[in-house]
Amino acid sequence: MAFLLNCPNCGERNVHEFRFGGEATSRPTPNSTPDDWIRYFYNRGNVAGVQREWWNHRYGCRKWFFALRDTVSNQIQETLWP
Amino acid sequence: MFQIFAKNRMWRKQPLKHRYEVVIIGGGVHGLSTAYYLGKLGVTDVAVLDKGYLGGGASARTTAIIRSNYLTPEGIPFFNESVKLYEGLAKELNFNLLFNQMGRLDLGHTDSAVYGLRMRTEFNRILGVDSRLIGPKEIKKLVPSIDLREGKHFPILAALYHPPCGVIRHDAVVWGYGRGADRQGAELHPFTEVTGIDRTNGRVTGVETSQGLVKANTVISATAGWSSTIAKMVDLELPITTHALQAMVTEPLKPFLDKTISSANLHAYVYQTDRGEVVIGGGVDPYPSYSQRSTFQQMEELAANTLEMFPCLKNVNVLRQWAGLCDMTPDYAPILGPVDGIEGFILSCGWGSWGFKAAPVAGKRVAELIATGETPELIKPFSLSRFREGNLVNERAAAPAAAIH
Ligand SMILES: Cc1cc2nc3c(=O)[nH]c(=O)nc-3n(C[C@H](O)[C@H](O)[C@H](O)COP(=O)(O)OP(=O)(O)OC[C@H]3O[C@@H](n4cnc5c(N)ncnc54)[C@H](O)[C@@H]3O)c2cc1C
Ligand SMILES: [Zn+2]
Repeated sequence: MAFLLNCPNCGERNVHEFRFGGEATSRPTPNSTPDDWIRYFYNRGNVAGVQREWWNHRYGCRKWFFALRDTVSNQIQETLWP
Repeated sequence: MFQIFAKNRMWRKQPLKHRYEVVIIGGGVHGLSTAYYLGKLGVTDVAVLDKGYLGGGASARTTAIIRSNYLTPEGIPFFNESVKLYEGLAKELNFNLLFNQMGRLDLGHTDSAVYGLRMRTEFNRILGVDSRLIGPKEIKKLVPSIDLREGKHFPILAALYHPPCGVIRHDAVVWGYGRGADRQGAELHPFTEVTGIDRTNGRVTGVETSQGLVKANTVISATAGWSSTIAKMVDLELPITTHALQAMVTEPLKPFLDKTISSANLHAYVYQTDRGEVVIGGGVDPYPSYSQRSTFQQMEELAANTLEMFPCLKNVNVLRQWAGLCDMTPDYAPILGPVDGIEGFILSCGWGSWGFKAAPVAGKRVAELIATGETPELIKPFSLSRFREGNLVNERAAAPAAAIH
């Protein structure tokens, strides 16, 4: 389903101008356990609901930002700078 | 009059019991085939629960291409066993599945793509799968309508020809397995949503559903695009993201194409159905979503890429377009089997855009696992623990893989 995404820089644009950059996760510290790294590399929350994710305005200002998106309805709750 | 229909229902409607030996979450092709093969092994105290109608998930939206010309030594024998099972399935289920083994061409447009196809061909042949690399002359003979002109943006240099590839009537597969499972004693419960999974001492004891509590010794999740939501009920995170995969179909045309044609570079595949419609697939939306709605963008891209191969389809009308949910894994291979630390919980997921063809082999082997307690060799490489152990399968010959990673 297509939708509009509000680039904090350029305003509302078609989602196809953007590149999805993955769920917002935090990188484990160097002394984390292998399990933490595996979780970080491979596992995803993949929630059916609102998740915080990275987006890049690839065919626009090329800036990276966060979006809070409902993955069921594709409604954007909020976009914000990192 | 209505009595006739009532008598000939394909499966019984019965009250949900409070306990079963095995509960299968998800009544798509995988849940139902697992129930069927469990029955063949004598495990018949089985309930299949689906939140919607049976076969209404990805199994209703699939383009149902069945093939085994994969790339890895793990994937090829696995999918090959499935093709073999499909070949005998109509007879076994006594249900006309209209399995049409028309053959398939995977096109190579660049030197490096042709190199990849050659590698696949060799792996296929070593493992007993009928595949060969053919050049433009033979392509022209098999597919006279394809655009073989040189010097275009995506010239067709060679193709991997895989004669056993076929297309099947997907609803019939779902219904056939459902009816077969029902006749062996399993119960099918549509419109029964699983809302939680109960555990004591690290062991699964049953499921909570919209129709009440159901106890079970073994709980299988066969929920494809919804797998992460089920895994969450046992505090498990999966290496899966859910994406919509889209396909479309044109108005019927006179027969002009009797092969499945696929191009990895163009992210598109095309075949003509027995009714003359041209089925065009499979664009994966580049962002995860649980919305099963299609986009104009994908229709445009699929159309443009199809015309690159078949300019003769210019001006043909698209009749329908649709989307289904796919559970994509990082290595394009399924996740099958038990989960460390959660006794009695079995996964059958990671079916992505490639899972319909695997329903017979996965159902059969997962049933074997439950009946014997031993994981069959064939599905060992697909365990969830492969991610921990660093043994990814890397099945890059899966359908539209490149689009999202
Ligand atoms: C457009 C498209 C084209 C495709 N083309 C091909 C192809 O050509 N060849 C191929 O091999 N594969 C193809 N696939 C992939 C294939 O269709 C799927 O991998 C396969 O159908 C998955 O089957 P399943 O039974 O695992 O999942 P599904 O059929 O999706 O069934 C899962 C079921 O789980 C149920 N469920 C979810 N959550 C709950 C809950 N909480 N409680 C109870 N029930 C629940 C859902 O209602 C659903 O019915 C395609 C997919 C799509 C979308
Ligand atoms: Zn912008």
